[in-house]
Amino acid sequence: MKAFTFDRATSPADAAKKAIATPGAKFIAGGTNLLDLMKLQIETPQHLIDVNRLGLDTIEPTTDGGLRVGALVRNTDLAADARVRRDYGVLSRALVSGASGQLRNKATTAGNLLQRTRCPYFYDTNQACNKRKPGSGCAAIGGFNRNLAILGTSDACIATHPSDMAVAMRLLDATVETVTPDGATRTIPIADFHLLPGSTPNVETALVPGEFITAVTLPKPIGGTHIYQKVRDRASYAFAVISVAAVVQPDGRGRFAFGGLAHKPWRVEAAERQTGAKAIAAAVLSGARTTSQNAFKVPLVERTLGAVLAEAKG
Amino acid sequence: MTDNSPVTAPELTRRGMIATGAVGAAAAAIPAPVLATTARPDQARAVTTIPVSLKVNGRTTALELDPRVTLLDALREHLHLTGSKKGCDHGQCGACTVIVNGRRINSCLTLAALHDGDAITTIEGLGTPDKLHAMQAAFVKHDGYQCGYCTPGQICSAVSTLNEIKEGIPSHVTGDLTGKPALDATEMRERMSGNICRCGAYSNIIDAMKDVAGVDA
Repeated sequence: MKAFTFDRATSPADAAKKAIATPGAKFIAGGTNLLDLMKLQIETPQHLIDVNRLGLDTIEPTTDGGLRVGALVRNTDLAADARVRRDYGVLSRALVSGASGQLRNKATTAGNLLQRTRCPYFYDTNQACNKRKPGSGCAAIGGFNRNLAILGTSDACIATHPSDMAVAMRLLDATVETVTPDGATRTIPIADFHLLPGSTPNVETALVPGEFITAVTLPKPIGGTHIYQKVRDRASYAFAVISVAAVVQPDGRGRFAFGGLAHKPWRVEAAERQTGAKAIAAAVLSGARTTSQNAFKVPLVERTLGAVLAEAKG
Repeated sequence: MTDNSPVTAPELTRRGMIATGAVGAAAAAIPAPVLATTARPDQARAVTTIPVSLKVNGRTTALELDPRVTLLDALREHLHLTGSKKGCDHGQCGACTVIVNGRRINSCLTLAALHDGDAITTIEGLGTPDKLHAMQAAFVKHDGYQCGYCTPGQICSAVSTLNEIKEGIPSHVTGDLTGKPALDATEMRERMSGNICRCGAYSNIIDAMKDVAGVDA
């Protein structure tokens, strides 16, 4: 790890202010992704701001019947919350399908949204990667890309977003609450939070420099059958090849969001007006750009969606 | 608490021999000028240490640490509690698992500075050679290891796993999210997936866990 200085924030506004005041500063909460990347010198912050003890670790009901999840609520605690298990089962299921028990005890809600891709070329500092080193190229295009993106890609980047939790958050239309360095607060719909790679894959979210996430808010429960189906190369503790988050209503209509397909959780609301796995998948996958190695994801999405719809029917 | 005392100046231990040997080899192999030029410009600044107080196995110790020191390195290199192991150092193998404020975590993937004032239980704090923790005794009884390198992490994780099931924390294999997870081998296996054993003692580890949990399934 490269040397850095260390400080503790006293409030969310103080965290944002400190982040903009110190060049090369980063927030650290659970640290499970950041420290991994720092050891590999993929992330080299000059200053770390500990945001763990700001009281952002509670889950509170909102006035409109939803839940406000503090940014520092650990993945285990969010998955285990009785209200989440009862009303937002897809979120609980997505969380426990990710990482290991030890990591879920440490990883936070905001940190999960902000985790970086696991593209092998991002992780290998000897390889070209526009995300790690803008302008250096993309070794994944034409490289080993079996597990990489097929939707929303660009000539600069075909990385996927690794989070399971974020897919469920997208399905549930969550909102990200932040404070900016000038002390103002704002809310960002989850659909607008993660960006497509375009020509700047190093810019991954809508956050401005220093902006600090304080909470993620869930709208009031929508009922239905909640399913998170994750397809992966081993039974546990592996990232998704693809995943399907679904809430299906008794009349068969539903919401569907997908992981492992793109630079962000993928949801096409218009596709949800279609009926049956084949038609829904076709609408979701419209515009897919595949390689010889990852073209299998196209039929895999349709089949996994079919399995999810069958499970929802019971 | 004598069993938890830091090892002081070992006369002749395996660890002492390895440490001395490694330093000797490095000094012999790397010419002095190379060592001098490996420091990056930003590392040439004086390293500022920060005060960190850790309550490890019931005993509070005040440390002055480089902020880069992981919790694992603080335990092993500063408190000389070498039971917790460094396997992958990236949170993938679980050999470094310790229990912090009642929850198991990968001590390699967190900074000691993030745990000021926290209560940490390592394998040395679970039991002693004279008075083993029930899970330690069960690992011995069921041959839950071969080389033993992953074992401290496996045992810390196994103890926490049974607690997490009792607390009702769901897992990927939990059937009904609104009910209590089952205390069975399927739940235990899923929850132990963050601990790798290259010797492949998995089935015996599950036997040990079932024994402690008092279940047959």
